[in-house]
Amino acid sequence: MPATAIRISGLGKQYRTGQSMPHQRLTEVITDLAMAPLNALQGRSRDQDRRADRAEMFWALKDISMEIGKGEIVGIIGRNGAGKSTLLKILSRITEPTIGDVWLHGRVGSLLEVGTGFHPDLSGRENIFLNGAILGMSREEIRARFDEIVAFSEIERFLDTPVKRYSSGMYMRLAFSVAAHLQPEILLVDEVLAVGDAQFQAKCLGKLSEVVEGGRTVLFVSHNLPAVERLCTSAIVLREGRIDFAGAPGKAIATYLLSGRQSSYAWERSAPQPQPHFRRAVLCQADGAPCLSPTTGMQLGVRISFSIPAAKRDLVIAVSVFNDMGHPIFSSSPLDVDLKLPEESGEYSTTLMFPPALFLAKRYTIGLSMYDAYQSLDHRADALSFEVTETANFGNRVPTGRIGDIQLACSWSAAAREP
Amino acid sequence: MPLPDSVVLHLRARRGFAAVDFSELWRYSDLLWILAARDIKIRYKQAALGAAWAVLQPLAAMVVFTVFFGYFAGLDAKIESGVPYPLYAFCALLPWQLFAHAITSSSNSLVDNQNLITKTYFPRLLIPFAAIIGGLMDFAIAFAIMIVLMAAYGVVPGWALLSLPLLVVLTVLTALSVGLWLAALSAMYRDFRHTTGFLVQIWLFATPVVYPSSIVPPQWQTLYGLNPMVGIVDGFRWALLGTAPPAPSVIAVSAIEVILLFILGAIYFRRMERTMADWI
Repeated sequence: MPATAIRISGLGKQYRTGQSMPHQRLTEVITDLAMAPLNALQGRSRDQDRRADRAEMFWALKDISMEIGKGEIVGIIGRNGAGKSTLLKILSRITEPTIGDVWLHGRVGSLLEVGTGFHPDLSGRENIFLNGAILGMSREEIRARFDEIVAFSEIERFLDTPVKRYSSGMYMRLAFSVAAHLQPEILLVDEVLAVGDAQFQAKCLGKLSEVVEGGRTVLFVSHNLPAVERLCTSAIVLREGRIDFAGAPGKAIATYLLSGRQSSYAWERSAPQPQPHFRRAVLCQADGAPCLSPTTGMQLGVRISFSIPAAKRDLVIAVSVFNDMGHPIFSSSPLDVDLKLPEESGEYSTTLMFPPALFLAKRYTIGLSMYDAYQSLDHRADALSFEVTETANFGNRVPTGRIGDIQLACSWSAAAREP
Repeated sequence: MPLPDSVVLHLRARRGFAAVDFSELWRYSDLLWILAARDIKIRYKQAALGAAWAVLQPLAAMVVFTVFFGYFAGLDAKIESGVPYPLYAFCALLPWQLFAHAITSSSNSLVDNQNLITKTYFPRLLIPFAAIIGGLMDFAIAFAIMIVLMAAYGVVPGWALLSLPLLVVLTVLTALSVGLWLAALSAMYRDFRHTTGFLVQIWLFATPVVYPSSIVPPQWQTLYGLNPMVGIVDGFRWALLGTAPPAPSVIAVSAIEVILLFILGAIYFRRMERTMADWI
């Protein structure tokens, strides 16, 4: 068990909704004070007002407890408003928690925004010192790393130009460079990898793994799920201010995607229906586990959960696959292999496996439909939607690329010389 | 530089009042100077006249005061020690402009640095502090002009000059204590920003800048002395121009007042800074 870097116990943060402050104007405070005796006469006690206040409070974070070991890279994922940024703000001491405790073992550096405090009228050089100091570096430290920062940012020639004349790319590069050379034991990063061109992003990710190799602990909030999967040793899913899941990054991402209605790798119905209906559909791989990054050459399938509230005869379900233009490619049903669906009421699930290596590096949509002998009972035209990425060892075998929407494994005989 | 494992930072909701953490302020002193330097650079980079502004501003005020108050209003004749009015007014402008600049810029400082407050941690006290240090630069320039003016009028200061550093410290402390309150209040109540300009104007007339403090009737002197800038301005004139010294009781009352205001201001500020990022 590695030494602890961060210990969080029963952490919560309460915010007021609507007005950010109880009183934005001094005049309101004065009127409130003046009105107090009047309100008392009218029988409205301050307690009543307080109760009204309490109704406007909500917990942005609640019951957060966890322990993060030294040298771990922890990804924090969750929808907007799930409390990710609030957690980082508390850990970086920008704001105090309402309840609970945090123990931080080591110097904390936080990077909640790229280029915090950059001033447009100051030169690149001046901004390096300003931004470095704001991020918590001493002048000594900045001076020691100055050349490295400049080299990493690739803006040597413009060092004495005011940053307002920089292109946005240059600005971002400079800002990230300063931040990347911050060397705290605990680094808190919020969504900053979403900046710059792909090449610079790769450089940033490289820098981040370097940081971790140096034995530092990183907490990193991101919507970039592949980066979380690649970089993190564990991940936390926040949902409505609470920890939904904590553990292996792959599982965390699956939890996050499964919990998401807008997500494309999984779909779930919110309210049950009186007639037979689909409850859930999940894109899965050969072993039945949810698939989050389908690649060419992989065998994919769909795990379908459905519900039959009252006994029903002659029930049929079908899965349709559409290309990126929404044109149907093919469909499939259990009837194809002479399987009939159960007739008794209950909750069921079934898995459809597509032939291996069926999909090309394209976007596909999968629709579900359910009907009986007379009518359509349930229909989801876009239950799943996903993009298949190319793997070097598969699609590239045909140098000119492939035509069509899918590839079918066909058998070939070895070429024989004609007699 | 790795810290030993024993260094643990414990974060939790604090209740009650907190004292100023001086060791932490000291650790962040680099940031204080960099923020102050930023304020100075930006002020001079944006202005077409640049640093000349710091020279023109007090000189222009001196000319206007001399013409309207010194001659037209006849205040020139009320100066007991025969010091030329322009010098008399300029001497008062030294601490006054330091004070006026400090309270104006510190009252806006938190709101102006909102993005820093919501995105990074550092002791928030640094922001009004840095705003005030920015004013010291202008003070130094004005002081150089004062030396030139004194040479031109042939005024030689006496031993009282030795008290000047103490008076400068008292001025900065006064500015700091008023500035802290204004910074915190205008962050919390946005309409406070507009009152600062008004406050500076009123305060100017309640301070002996354009007139000698001796024109205030004796029965009002005690109340008048409660304004800490009265003792400071009289002190500056005494130190540099050899006019009558301020009553020791006035200076003592001012000092006690300022120290109290500063301590209470710092406590109020510290209490507010904990969740400042949530509502600013």
